[in-house]
Amino acid sequence: MQISFTLNGRPTIVDVEPATLVAELLREQLHLTGTHIGCDTSQCGACVVHLDGLPVKSCTLLAPALDGATLLTIEGLQGAPGSNRMHPMQEAFREHHGLQCGFCTPGMLMTAVALATEKPDLTEADVRHGLEGNICRCTGYQNIIVSVMAGAAAMSAAKGE
Amino acid sequence: MGNVIGIGAAPKRKEDQRFLTGRGNYVSDIKRPGMTAGVFVRSPHGHAVLRGIDKTAALALPGVIAVLTGDDVKADGLGSLPCGWGISDAKGVPMKEPPFPMLAQGKVRFVGDMVAFVIAETPEQAEAAAELLAVDYEVLPSVVGVLEAVRPGAPQLFDDVPNNICCDWELGDKAAVETAFRKAAHVAKLSLVNNRLIGNPMEPRAAIAEYEPGTDRFTLWTTSQFPHVVRFLMGALVLNIPQHKLRVVAPDVGGGFGVKQFHYGEEAVITWAAKRVKRPVKWVASRSEGYVSDRHGRDHVTEAELALDETGKFLAFRVNTLANMGGYLSTFGPNIPTNLYAPLLGGVYTTPAIYCNVKVVFTNTVPVDAYRGAGRPEATFVLERMVDVAASEMGIDRVEIRRRNMIPKEAYPYQTPVLVQYDSGDPMGCLDGALVAADVKNFGIRKAASASKGKFRGLGYSTYVEACGLAPSRFAGRLGARGGLYESATVRVHPTGQVTVMIGTHNHGQGHETTFAQIVSEKLGVAFENVDIVFGDTDRVQFGMGTYGSRSLVVGGAALSKATDKVIVKGKKIAAHLLEAAEVDIQFEAGKFSVAGTDRVKTFEEIAGAAYVPHNYPLEVLEPGLEEQAYYDPVNFTYPGGCHIAEVEVDPETGTVTLVNYTAVDDVGTVINPMIVEGQLHGGIVQGVGQALFENAVYDEGSGQLLSGSLMDYCMPRADHMPMMKVATHSTLCTHTPMGVKGCGEVGTIGSPAAVINAVVDALSHLGVTHVDMPATPNRIWRLLQNASLPVAAE
Repeated sequence: MQISFTLNGRPTIVDVEPATLVAELLREQLHLTGTHIGCDTSQCGACVVHLDGLPVKSCTLLAPALDGATLLTIEGLQGAPGSNRMHPMQEAFREHHGLQCGFCTPGMLMTAVALATEKPDLTEADVRHGLEGNICRCTGYQNIIVSVMAGAAAMSAAKGE
Repeated sequence: MGNVIGIGAAPKRKEDQRFLTGRGNYVSDIKRPGMTAGVFVRSPHGHAVLRGIDKTAALALPGVIAVLTGDDVKADGLGSLPCGWGISDAKGVPMKEPPFPMLAQGKVRFVGDMVAFVIAETPEQAEAAAELLAVDYEVLPSVVGVLEAVRPGAPQLFDDVPNNICCDWELGDKAAVETAFRKAAHVAKLSLVNNRLIGNPMEPRAAIAEYEPGTDRFTLWTTSQFPHVVRFLMGALVLNIPQHKLRVVAPDVGGGFGVKQFHYGEEAVITWAAKRVKRPVKWVASRSEGYVSDRHGRDHVTEAELALDETGKFLAFRVNTLANMGGYLSTFGPNIPTNLYAPLLGGVYTTPAIYCNVKVVFTNTVPVDAYRGAGRPEATFVLERMVDVAASEMGIDRVEIRRRNMIPKEAYPYQTPVLVQYDSGDPMGCLDGALVAADVKNFGIRKAASASKGKFRGLGYSTYVEACGLAPSRFAGRLGARGGLYESATVRVHPTGQVTVMIGTHNHGQGHETTFAQIVSEKLGVAFENVDIVFGDTDRVQFGMGTYGSRSLVVGGAALSKATDKVIVKGKKIAAHLLEAAEVDIQFEAGKFSVAGTDRVKTFEEIAGAAYVPHNYPLEVLEPGLEEQAYYDPVNFTYPGGCHIAEVEVDPETGTVTLVNYTAVDDVGTVINPMIVEGQLHGGIVQGVGQALFENAVYDEGSGQLLSGSLMDYCMPRADHMPMMKVATHSTLCTHTPMGVKGCGEVGTIGSPAAVINAVVDALSHLGVTHVDMPATPNRIWRLLQNASLPVAAE
């Protein structure tokens, strides 16, 4: 079937098998491999993307659900294509060493941006609770927490400018 | 032009840009023209005779290209998966080493054992065909626990391995230990289990193989921590592919923790299959498939006894362990519970006599091998639990008994009774630092506050020492290593003065692209941004043993340091010629070659340029070019150590243990990048906390089914499980590595399980609890409280 949606700001039309998962569509058909698949039980969160502004696990979403929707993936987080300027949350993760192997990072960032958008004055407890659906095996989460709080503050500041 | 960023600085990581923007290059991201999809058919039984496989229905499905089985492996005359270590018993009798076929032959020995490989045009077609493959099993009883496996009458995995014992191994002076026990004022005893773990790097394993008939060359992309070792083991010992015809690439790898430092059957099967079907083949494991095929870790059952004099001084330590090997010997398998375990039983203490017996046991479970820490967390857990038990029984304060037995700083180098000689350390300094950082003196106030809320608060200590920087080859060879454990680095200076380093270690989260660039930047005076680190490709990197055992900076960094020294030596020769001075008069500092006592100077870039445009150059005595290579084989292990303090709160209503404070003071030697070291400590600690509180791989005895078979059933630490940790370093310098480094990748995982469990036991000690096995889940604690609280309540 044919579906049309907005992908990282661009109108997109694709032919998909109805049983295709969004994560597979992105990775295999659209060559956007930044969205990762780390499990088969919707536990790890490496595949989080934003569907109409809300974080979803793209490994449990069927492609037809995208029809008419707006999808943002890690590749679109920077803003304009070709822009070298990173999103404040990406900058915060770099600044505070919020990543090691990088595999969980795209999902972490997408969840973090959604958390900060929903509640700009995040507490440590908010962040820890909000990341319950994203697993990281490398960092012990500490620098991720610090990064998310700093990124949320930077996002608020940028909004106020 | 950028700046020199050297040792001790904390630049942001070079590798972050691609990971933050979704542009990493992991194996599962790679596509090759004409690529096919492979699916492994795995045994659903723990133990069965493989009577036959009927491929007919599977082959008849549309899109199916081939179905390969153990019979095809046999017909092609291929080898079995090699074990990299051969250990022997006390009499020198080698371990039993049954073959580990890449696809099962005759029998299957664990749930997940591979019986066939199905190749089709798409993954869906391969999956469908795998479902239709008719495998005829005669199911046998399984045995999964070590205690059960060595009992008379237990199911036998191999005809020629009686009682399932691979090796009855020992270390230490048994007689001296017995004598000391006879003289002891007190003997403390402890039985414990070290729980079985699944490593769970966030990237599942994956592989792609391709064969080019025009050049007769194979390429394997694999999620590996050591591509050169895979090339050697697989090419030379399994598939008979000459080394120069085989390229192994491990690109970005999403975490390893040991799980990816083995040569897996999947790698061999897929490489072999790519030539048979004459097209690239790709396989990506699901998480659940990883659970029944990634090598597991730990799984010990141990009895320990500590002999003490009347003042609490340790006289002797005796440890008997049954270690689970699973269904076959994996790459490092038998080395982990023996050579990497018993030599660490001295810890940071002066115990004069130690004896350890380890029975290495086959069971119907996934093969067990190294997992972050590998042997050393097991040793630390036994010893540090034992010390707490002894202190409690003798009525000595837990910190005081540790102090009384600690090796004083002045006593280094210190020869232990179990092979290893620690070169440096300051355990007392780490302990003192941790006591202050953890605010131990006010613990009583916090405990009272918890009590007022109806909670039990406990404090737990763990000191530790580890042997890492694997490894001095000659020493390892005596212990049974079948390979060398050196490392290599090439420093390629380009004509314009930028530098590319080719190094044999593998970066999968550790920040090597940054740390190694700092070393080069400092030593050569080259801008940090002008140094790139290449790893993970046997066609680009000369050779290497990979990354594990906290060896990358210790051994790889030393090779890199040596290679940069050689660049400087050659640069001085070139500078001497250009500056018309004697070589001995040339100084190199901050990127400049100068004649001592003069203002005559050549920059590093000028020397590099001269090396590649040798018009005015001593060609009679010196080759053009500026590229140097070094191999480094360490003279000893390095011995990071430290003290960890955990503070927990137990809710008696639910049995839930909450980690409320965690403090670590570690001696990791010279710190190159403090930001990265802290990150390694954080991650390591949480993996140890995971073992102590959450994680457990559980098998069903009899059927051999893995009950904790997915992330729904195996509890991984989450962000809301942890408090903010306090980590600090208290470093003494390693005396034998070029930069004084000791390694930091595993320390967190080694120190933390004992600290956490000691805290849990402390919280419950008023109820008469003397030991809690890992993981200290709410269920386990609640049951313990139900059994313990009645007599206490009656008081």
